[in-house]
Amino acid sequence: MKRLFIACALWLPLAAHGALNVFACEPEWAALAKAIGGPSAQVYAATTALQDPHRIEARPSLIAQMRRADLVVCSGAGLEAGWLPVLLREAGNGKVQPGRPGYVEATRFVALLEKPASLDRAQGDVHAAGNPHIHTDPRNIARVGTVLAARMAELDPAQAAVYQAQWQSFSARWNEAIVRWQQRAQPLKNLPVAVQHKSFSYLLAWLGMREVATLEPQPGVEPSVGHLARVAAQLQATPARAVLRAAYQSPRPADWLAARAGIPALALPFTVGGNARAPDLFGLFDDTLDQLLKAAP
Amino acid sequence: MFRPVLLAAALTAAVPAHADAELDALRAELKQLKDSYETRIQALEARLQAAETQTAAAPPAETTPASTASFNPDISLILQGRYAHLDDVGERNISGFLPAGHDHGVPRGFSLDHTELVMSASIDPYFRGYFNLALLDEEVGIEEAWVQTTRLGNGFSVKGGRFLSGLGYQNEKHPHAWDFADNSLMYRALFGEAYGNDGVQLKWVAPTELFVELGAEAGRGANFPGTDRNANGAGSTTVFGHLGGDVGASHSWRAGLSYLHAKATEREGELDDVNDLAVDTLFTGTSSTWLADFVWKWAPDGNARERNFSLAAEYFLRKERGSLCEHDPLNGGCAAGTGDAYRSRQSGFYAQGVYQFMPRWRTGYRYDRLDPGAVDFGLNGLNLAPPDYKPVRHSLMLDYSPSEFSRLRLQYSKDKSMAALDENQWFVQYIHSLGAHGAHAF
Repeated sequence: MKRLFIACALWLPLAAHGALNVFACEPEWAALAKAIGGPSAQVYAATTALQDPHRIEARPSLIAQMRRADLVVCSGAGLEAGWLPVLLREAGNGKVQPGRPGYVEATRFVALLEKPASLDRAQGDVHAAGNPHIHTDPRNIARVGTVLAARMAELDPAQAAVYQAQWQSFSARWNEAIVRWQQRAQPLKNLPVAVQHKSFSYLLAWLGMREVATLEPQPGVEPSVGHLARVAAQLQATPARAVLRAAYQSPRPADWLAARAGIPALALPFTVGGNARAPDLFGLFDDTLDQLLKAAP
Repeated sequence: MFRPVLLAAALTAAVPAHADAELDALRAELKQLKDSYETRIQALEARLQAAETQTAAAPPAETTPASTASFNPDISLILQGRYAHLDDVGERNISGFLPAGHDHGVPRGFSLDHTELVMSASIDPYFRGYFNLALLDEEVGIEEAWVQTTRLGNGFSVKGGRFLSGLGYQNEKHPHAWDFADNSLMYRALFGEAYGNDGVQLKWVAPTELFVELGAEAGRGANFPGTDRNANGAGSTTVFGHLGGDVGASHSWRAGLSYLHAKATEREGELDDVNDLAVDTLFTGTSSTWLADFVWKWAPDGNARERNFSLAAEYFLRKERGSLCEHDPLNGGCAAGTGDAYRSRQSGFYAQGVYQFMPRWRTGYRYDRLDPGAVDFGLNGLNLAPPDYKPVRHSLMLDYSPSEFSRLRLQYSKDKSMAALDENQWFVQYIHSLGAHGAHAF
């Protein structure tokens, strides 16, 4: 009996080493999975904050990572329509196919904004299910975290208690941070801003800010000089206090318009790793608020 | 909470002692205020706690149905057309190479290219299906119609039906996904357009960080370089392997090696004899092809939106061995006394670079070169001329994509694929797609 115990004790670290492989389509979900999984989960982020998640090549390295995944967590709502289906098809991994516990689409667990009333490509690359950039509202991250913690516990029952404990601890700190951010963001209420792409709709809705102009003439369509001139004219009638863009987006349209309108152009990190001050989820919102508050009156 | 207390302290300090009655009234009011504040805060705290426990206990239910989960298959229609400025050449055969099957060529002037209808969807939790129909005047071709397993697991997947073979790099790409207006000379010489087959494919992806993919196919083998057959078993077999990975955030690559073995019975062809007259031939024997492919892609920080570059090169070596005879047009089959042994060893390659220099705009250059190699006609060598011309072509293209769903292209080619013909070719082409997002492979 004693020997059996020793054998078990020796074997345990080996079992623990077989970590849960998580494939996250975007850095925010990778950061969340790391917060829940800690050392028990091996998390791979398929994209960085400097890459446009709409336009990713289905690279061989991504197929190889998809093959090893026990859990896939992506934004969904059509954001990854150009590459995720190829990875799922080519990787031959049955565990992470849609409909299995190993497949989590974050946008299916929150109420989406900007659901199009009609679907026509003449309106640009619209997402039929609604705006997929839900993570810019920290309350949505908490909602997805609950789902993710439950899924990780389901897929790796041996570590279930660890995942739940780590999630509880993260969630408590996160909820405190949300209260703190909301207090800090009081001056941002009703602040009018222009955005390059509809990347920040959830952030603006959360903080009660107003989006008065979009630089892209249609979602996913590059702004032309003519269109920017029209937006500049529009901003004379309804002034904005800042132009917002995500770190991965070209600085040219936002900078041009900002210089024309005499307002700051803010390169918000958009997701984890978007700049040096956003190395994690907390830093992401700290820096976003720091930058926005500079534009507030 | 602190404010009423401070207020009370300030009041006690400020108000003179003789105003006792007023003070009591104030104190009562203050106490009332404090009580009401405290109950409201308590109520809020209770609500917060309730909300917290609720979210912790039950994960939010899945709300919005995913767009791809609708029961209708993803349907897309691809519209393609072009204007071609070409010399008046009767038959466009690559010198020194047998004309491969499925090759429509390009008519001069305005013309409509294939219109493709594509449907795909999950069939059930275990299979997905894909269907691609190519429409031309008086011709409908089922380019692909297959089912593939989705839940086999451990990196395995099985595909069955009619599909484009996984060999090489360009082979699985339909013409609308090509980077140039016409096919590379190599693929034209090998397969006409691309190698498709009715059969089964088994593919396996290794559980390693380096992308390792191995595949094998067995099929009817009815398409060039094989011929259709009335027999059980497989007429062609294919094996292929691919490796791939990233170098830093900006670079990615894939390399592969493939082998195709096919059987041909009385495969029709056309060769020139020593007097430069066309001779219709029949080939019976085996054809084996090796392909090596390499792709390298670059995008700054892996963000292909603004600028990106891709380099692709493929090389082939094809060996055929069997017998060749002159086609007897009256009785069919071989003309008496013309058959003898035939062996050939031919090769070729293409290399292309495509650069997106700003959003929407791309430019590219492609170099094609074929080597007719060594052809041994046996005793037929008396009549047939061994090929010695090396076909070459340079192509330069510029394309503009207003969105992901539309593309306009201008291409110039200096085509020396036919001996004694140095042709300047111009193409203007449009490729538009309606309907579902087509996710494209690497």
